[in-house]
Amino acid sequence: MPHKVKSWLLIISGLAVLVVVSGVLALCTGSAGIPAAKIPGILIQGPGSSEYSILMHIRLPRIFLGMAVGGSLSLAGTLLQGMFRNPLVEPYTLGISGGASLGVCINILFKFYAVLGIISYPLFGFAGASLVIFLVYSLNRSSHHVRSNRMLLTGVMISYVASSLVMLLMALAQSDDLQNIVLWIMGSLDETNTALIRTACMGSLSGLVISYLFCMDLNALALGDEEAANLGINTARSKKILFIVASFLTGLSVSVAGIIMFVGLIVPHFIRMITGPDHRILLGGSFLAGAAFLTLSDVIARTIIAPLELPVGVITGIIGGVIFIWALARNGKIKREVIL
Amino acid sequence: MSLVKPKVRLYPASNPPQKEFAKVPVLCAENLCFAYKEKPVLKDVSFEVAKGSFTAVIGPNGCGKTTLVKALLKSLNPDSGTICILGKDLQNLSNKDLSQSMAAVLQTIDPAPMDVRDYVLLGRMPFFAPFQFFESTKDLEIAENYMKLTGTHHLADKKITQVSGGERQLCAIARALTQEPVLLLLDEPTAHLDITHQKRILDLITTLKNKLSLTVLMVLHDLNLAAEYADRLVLLHDICGQPKDNTSSIYAFGNPQTVLTREAIEAVYQTKVTVRPNPISGNPLILLTKDETTHEAI
Repeated sequence: MPHKVKSWLLIISGLAVLVVVSGVLALCTGSAGIPAAKIPGILIQGPGSSEYSILMHIRLPRIFLGMAVGGSLSLAGTLLQGMFRNPLVEPYTLGISGGASLGVCINILFKFYAVLGIISYPLFGFAGASLVIFLVYSLNRSSHHVRSNRMLLTGVMISYVASSLVMLLMALAQSDDLQNIVLWIMGSLDETNTALIRTACMGSLSGLVISYLFCMDLNALALGDEEAANLGINTARSKKILFIVASFLTGLSVSVAGIIMFVGLIVPHFIRMITGPDHRILLGGSFLAGAAFLTLSDVIARTIIAPLELPVGVITGIIGGVIFIWALARNGKIKREVIL
Repeated sequence: MSLVKPKVRLYPASNPPQKEFAKVPVLCAENLCFAYKEKPVLKDVSFEVAKGSFTAVIGPNGCGKTTLVKALLKSLNPDSGTICILGKDLQNLSNKDLSQSMAAVLQTIDPAPMDVRDYVLLGRMPFFAPFQFFESTKDLEIAENYMKLTGTHHLADKKITQVSGGERQLCAIARALTQEPVLLLLDEPTAHLDITHQKRILDLITTLKNKLSLTVLMVLHDLNLAAEYADRLVLLHDICGQPKDNTSSIYAFGNPQTVLTREAIEAVYQTKVTVRPNPISGNPLILLTKDETTHEAI
C-alpha cells in the first residue's frame, strides 16, 4: 500500500462529507419555504404530501444532476490537464462547448424541438459535441503518437469557428429564439427529464471508473511522453482513451446543463493544491469537489435573488474565479510549485 | 578479464588495458537507417553492446545521437534496420516488455511537482499487474534502496521540482535503477552540470554498473569523459555533407584508444585538436587550443 493512503482516505472522506452536506443544504433551500426541521418528518411520512413531491421530484433530481455535472466537468478538467501537461486546459478548451452550443442553436432556430419535444435540446447538444470530438480527434490522428499541442490548437480553432457560427445564428434569430439560446448557453440545472438525469449520473460515474483504470498512466504521463513510454505506458492509446472519456463527460454535461464555466478549470487546481499531482487521489477528489461545488453554487443561484433564479454558470464563474484569485495571491509560492 | 586499472600509468601509454566481453550482446543494432523528410540522419548504423560494458555514443551536434536514442526508446520508427534487446526485436516488444529490461534517463527531466519518493517509485510501474494501482511494500523497499545507493535518500520528501539540477539527475538515475533494468540508457546525463556532479554521476554509474552487473549505453558530449569512463565508443558523424556513397553514420566503433585518434576527431568534428594519453589513466586526452586564425575572414 502506498505510504500516503491514510491522508488520502482522510481527504476523500472529508470531501464526501462536503458532498453530503451540500446535498442536504440544497434539499433544504428553495422557494417553497419548507423548514429544514420538518424535512425528516416529511420524508418519513412517505409519498402523498405536496412537500414530499417537491423534495423528491423537484429538488432531489436537481441535486443529483448538479453532482453529476459538477463531477463530470471537474473530472474531465483533471484528465485533460493531466494528459496535456498544461494547467490552462479545461473541458471547453477543445471546442466541445462550442459544438454543443451550435447544435442547440440549430435546434432552436429550425424548431426541431417542435417535432422531437424537449429531449431535442440535449440530443442536439450531444450531437454537436460529438461532432467536435470526432473532428478534433480525426484531424490529429496519427498511428504512432498523439500530437498534444496540435490537438489543443485544433480544439481552440474549432471552438472559435463554432462560437462565430452561433453568433451568426443569433444575429439571424428572432427575439424569442434568441432568449432561448442565451438562457441555454448560460447554463442551468433546470432539467426535469428523469431519464436524462439518470443518464448523466450513470455517465459521470462510469467516466470516473474508466479514468481510474488509467490513473497510473496519468501519473507516468506527468513525466512527459517519452519517459512515460519508458515506464511501459502505451502513451498513444492511453491518451486517446483519456481524450475520449474527457470529451464525452463534457459533451454529456454540456448537453444536459448548458455551458457551466470554470468548474472544470478551477476545481482540479484547488484539489491539486491539497493533494499534490498524484492522480490516484486527484481523480476522486476532483470528482467529489466538483460535485459539491456545483451543488453549492446552484443553491446560491436559486436563493440569492429568490424567487428569481440566476444561471448557475454565472455563479460558478464569479465565486470560483474570485476564490481562485484570492488563493493565488495568498499562497503564490505553493501555487507556483503545485501547478507549474 | 582485467578489471583493475593501474592507478598511475607512465606517459606515454603504449598498451592500455582492454576489456573483453561475453558473446551475447544486450543490445544489437543492425543497419539502422532513419531520415527526417529528405534529410538522412542515421545510415547503416550497426553495433553491439556487450553485457556488462559501458558504451558511450559520441559525435558532433546533429549527427543523430538523439535520433538513435529515440529509436531505442521506440518513440521513432527507423526507416529500415532492426534493433534487438536481449535477442528480441524491438518491434515485437510492447512498451511494457521493453521497460522491464531497459530503463532510460532522458536529457530533459521535467516531471510534475511530485515528491522525490513518488517519482522514484514510478520506476516500479513496469512490474505492476493489470489493475494494480498501489505499489507493494517490496516496491517501496526497492525504491528506498536505490535512493540510498544514489545518495538521494535525504531528498525523498522534497518536491522533485525543488532540488538542484544535479540532484534531479541523480533522482532520475534512481528512478531508472528502480526499474531494475538489464540495460541502462542515458542521454547526456552530465549536460549543464558542474564538474563535481559530472564526476559524481559518472563514478556512480560505473560503480553501480559493476555492483548490479548493468550494461550502460550513454550519449556523451564530453570526449574526455567518454574516453575516461567508457570502455566502448561509438563515434557518429554527420552524413549530410558526405557524398552519397555507402558511408555509414558510424565513423568508428571500438575502445577509446582506437576511436579517439587525432585524425578521427579532426575528420568528424572538423576542429583541430591535440590528443595525448592521459598521464594518470592512459586514456586519450583531447586538448583544444586557441586558434585566432580561424575567424580571420571576419
